[in-house]
Amino acid sequence: MEVLFMGLREKLELLGVSRRDFLKFCTAVSATLALPPAMAPKVAEALEDDNRPPVIWLEFQSCSGDSESLLRSGRPKAGDLVLDVISLDYAEVLMAAAGHYAEQAKHDSMEKNKGKYVLIVEGSIPVDEDGIYCCIAGDTAVNHLKKAAAGAAMVIAVGNCASFGGIPAAYPNPTGAKGVADLVRGVPVVNLPGCPMNCDNLTALIVHYLIFGTLPALDNQLRPKFAHGKRIHDNCERRGHFDAGQYVEKWGDEAHRQGWCLYKMGCKGPQTWHNCPTLRWNDGLSWPVMAGHGCVGCSEPGFIDTMSPFYRRLPEVPGFGVESSATSIGLKLVGVATAFFAVHGVVSVIRNRGAVKKVEEEYYEKEEK
Amino acid sequence: MADRIVVDPITRIEGHLRIEAKVENGVITDAWSSSTMFRGIEKILQGRDPRDAWYITQRFCGVCTTVHSIASIRAVENAVGMKVPFNAEMIRNVIMGMQYVQDHVIHFYHLHALDWVDIVSALSADPVKTAALQESISDWKYSSADYFRGIQERLAAFAKTGRLGPFGNAYWGHPAYKLPPEANLMAASHYLQALEVQKEIIKVHAILGSKNPHPQTFLTGGMSIPCDPNSQNAINADKIAMIMECNKIAKEFVEKVYVPDIIAVAPFYLDWAAIGKTSGNYMSYGEFPDGREGYPNNLWLPAGIIKNGDLSTVHPVDHTKITEDVVHSWYKDTGPRHPWEGATDQKYTGPKPPYEFLDVEQKYSFVKSPRYEGAPMEVGPLSRMLVAYASGHKEVQDAVNYVLTTLGVGPEVLFSTLGRTAARAVETLVVAGKMETWLMALAANINTGDYAIQDNSKWDPTTWPVQAQGYGWHEAPRGALGHWIVIQNKEIKNYQAVVPSTWNAAPRDDKGVRSPYEEALIGTPIADPERPLEILRTIHSYDPCLACAVHVYDEKNELKSKVQIL
Ligand code: SF4
Repeated sequence: MEVLFMGLREKLELLGVSRRDFLKFCTAVSATLALPPAMAPKVAEALEDDNRPPVIWLEFQSCSGDSESLLRSGRPKAGDLVLDVISLDYAEVLMAAAGHYAEQAKHDSMEKNKGKYVLIVEGSIPVDEDGIYCCIAGDTAVNHLKKAAAGAAMVIAVGNCASFGGIPAAYPNPTGAKGVADLVRGVPVVNLPGCPMNCDNLTALIVHYLIFGTLPALDNQLRPKFAHGKRIHDNCERRGHFDAGQYVEKWGDEAHRQGWCLYKMGCKGPQTWHNCPTLRWNDGLSWPVMAGHGCVGCSEPGFIDTMSPFYRRLPEVPGFGVESSATSIGLKLVGVATAFFAVHGVVSVIRNRGAVKKVEEEYYEKEEK
Repeated sequence: MADRIVVDPITRIEGHLRIEAKVENGVITDAWSSSTMFRGIEKILQGRDPRDAWYITQRFCGVCTTVHSIASIRAVENAVGMKVPFNAEMIRNVIMGMQYVQDHVIHFYHLHALDWVDIVSALSADPVKTAALQESISDWKYSSADYFRGIQERLAAFAKTGRLGPFGNAYWGHPAYKLPPEANLMAASHYLQALEVQKEIIKVHAILGSKNPHPQTFLTGGMSIPCDPNSQNAINADKIAMIMECNKIAKEFVEKVYVPDIIAVAPFYLDWAAIGKTSGNYMSYGEFPDGREGYPNNLWLPAGIIKNGDLSTVHPVDHTKITEDVVHSWYKDTGPRHPWEGATDQKYTGPKPPYEFLDVEQKYSFVKSPRYEGAPMEVGPLSRMLVAYASGHKEVQDAVNYVLTTLGVGPEVLFSTLGRTAARAVETLVVAGKMETWLMALAANINTGDYAIQDNSKWDPTTWPVQAQGYGWHEAPRGALGHWIVIQNKEIKNYQAVVPSTWNAAPRDDKGVRSPYEEALIGTPIADPERPLEILRTIHSYDPCLACAVHVYDEKNELKSKVQIL
């Protein structure tokens, strides 16, 4: 058998993955991308050739949560993803090579695939004190990022840290941590925030690129609209209870057991733009609200400062018809965060935290009266 | 002739680790372990709601993605006196147990195996012989020659493209690889199967905790996943059945693949039973509350300390005897301090990047040096298994004895690189066998009509004392993990984590004494200094996880002034 010229589908068949399963995967990707089901064959076609995009995955101030998320990929399965869908030429968590052999593999891929490789970045990048808070192979994260981004076709920032600075950039940002878009110029940057990112969104993004040769439409935070075009609250399975004024008041109470709305327990769904409720996690099995915990807003800029304390409800009067005012407050918070980010970078996060606290307190006090 | 070799990055770990080693006449005579990344999460925690801490500290590490949540909630529970309901304890046990199994499987197959398995050599294997080998070690379902031929062809196709992806540029063909091609092919197929298995079994975390990595279901005082057999939004019979299914897959893989693989591979690498020794101090905090008294009573895996490799006595663990020292770490000097009193400030004094070597005579890492009564401690599966073995733990003794007898060796081989890797497999076997007990205890308790999952009496911070301090311990898959918290006016005043990799990966202490990674490398033969495969073997045997090992604590005032300069 001439395995060399096999496409992904044949290779999968060899391993006992049926054509039906393969098409099921393609349909799932189409759905994630918000494509009509009729697009599934086109997705299949794009995946069948050996046109694996070279991927270089850099990790900086991260916890490796996004790398782990990659390993939980169910559509396609993790093994197929890293062997057949992409050519993962550098990824510290998985690669067999180490030390300067690993660095060499990265440089070889960057040279050979100049202008064509996808650069994925996980973790924030510290810029204080010339970047010494994150060094790899004796050089700083900033330098590694700039070198690799220069020859990339596009940069995908995975997770909230790489997208917006995430937890390391939270007040008081001890290392001057920044997101990729703050540091990279001249190459398209896509943010896939979330803590961690949901791997199905990454696969969908890569497949979009393979099929259309372009990036999907992005929102003003550089997030793909197919994943971040709607608020958690808009698609939440508990929304009926929210509208009916049915809230959990205490952990483990009857309302909590029956799956009522978690808004009063601090749910940040009304101000978070993400497809968790529809895509869900771990092969579509669950997501935070489904397991009884409120959303913490991990895909928003300024997270965690704009979203904590997690168990304090959003500043709003609960009850029927509150949705429009909740929205305006949500937008106000995001607006504050965005403006500060744009103007002041790191300092913004600190001030932003104060600002948000103030907005929250005003509303909270009003409500308590 | 002496060479100084550097491995940076050490790949297939979490975080950023650099090893420098002095090699004389083909043997390592000195070694330095350095972490070169720092985030300052403990500074970020100050002033925040202690009930939020678990979520933030969970992000210390995305590989062992539950462990800091557990330590953090226990620290707050200890500080303010929350009493966790039985249901929540059992849910936590199931979550922690599956973390052990999944984490160890990923570690062995995806982070460690390639140190022992030469993927390229698998291409020349005879699939018929591989099938015979597979059948001789267990009755695992994927054992036909056709199956192995398929895997081999897939690898061959991969190799021919010249685009090896994650397998590119490794030390293939290195003389320290000893397995025959057939065993390499078998292991390569298990690498792929394990990728699938880890993803399936960790669904337990999604069922009980919404997602993985980073489950979102913990609460200080309990859990946020409700129990109610008559609700579709709570733990009910359906969810319990799904978890049992995951447990079954986990148990089968561990019994038929993981443990048999260790037993099959170990004889080829028995020389590694004499390499990788440390000072012989092993510590375990104990884990898995097994009765109704609640944590930390009645722990299934015992707490204890073994000194100088003496298995005849197990010493108790006392948290007040723990200190951290920063003489060789990039922080302002303070002298050794207990975590509640720790006061340090990051201060990088290393070489200006790009650099070739660190100045190892001075400070050379962002990791601090924790000590117990002034002595270094090794933590991790080996420590846990040794403490349990020496304490007379029945299941552990049986499993350890089984492996040792099958290999025809004595317990002394455990104090080594091979021992660390074998202990992890033994532990996975024991834990996978236990999970159902906790799940059934949970089901039985729900059946009595007890649906409590949270201590709501202390949820509201206004019920807390103005000043409180506590500590939370957890035996994480990588070893003894402790979080220390000081709460003032309902806010976090101080927070300090002393994590497994801090114990193991630390630099030298104030007396110049080496920590476990550094000590374990001494005496290791290096066949080819250009390709130091042997360093990877010993370092990976610890399952390094570095991001969480690096943390800092500071006074709030200093921070504000520093930030303003920005
Ligand atoms: S507040 Fe949260 S739980 Fe309630 S409907 Fe909105 S997103 Fe769902």
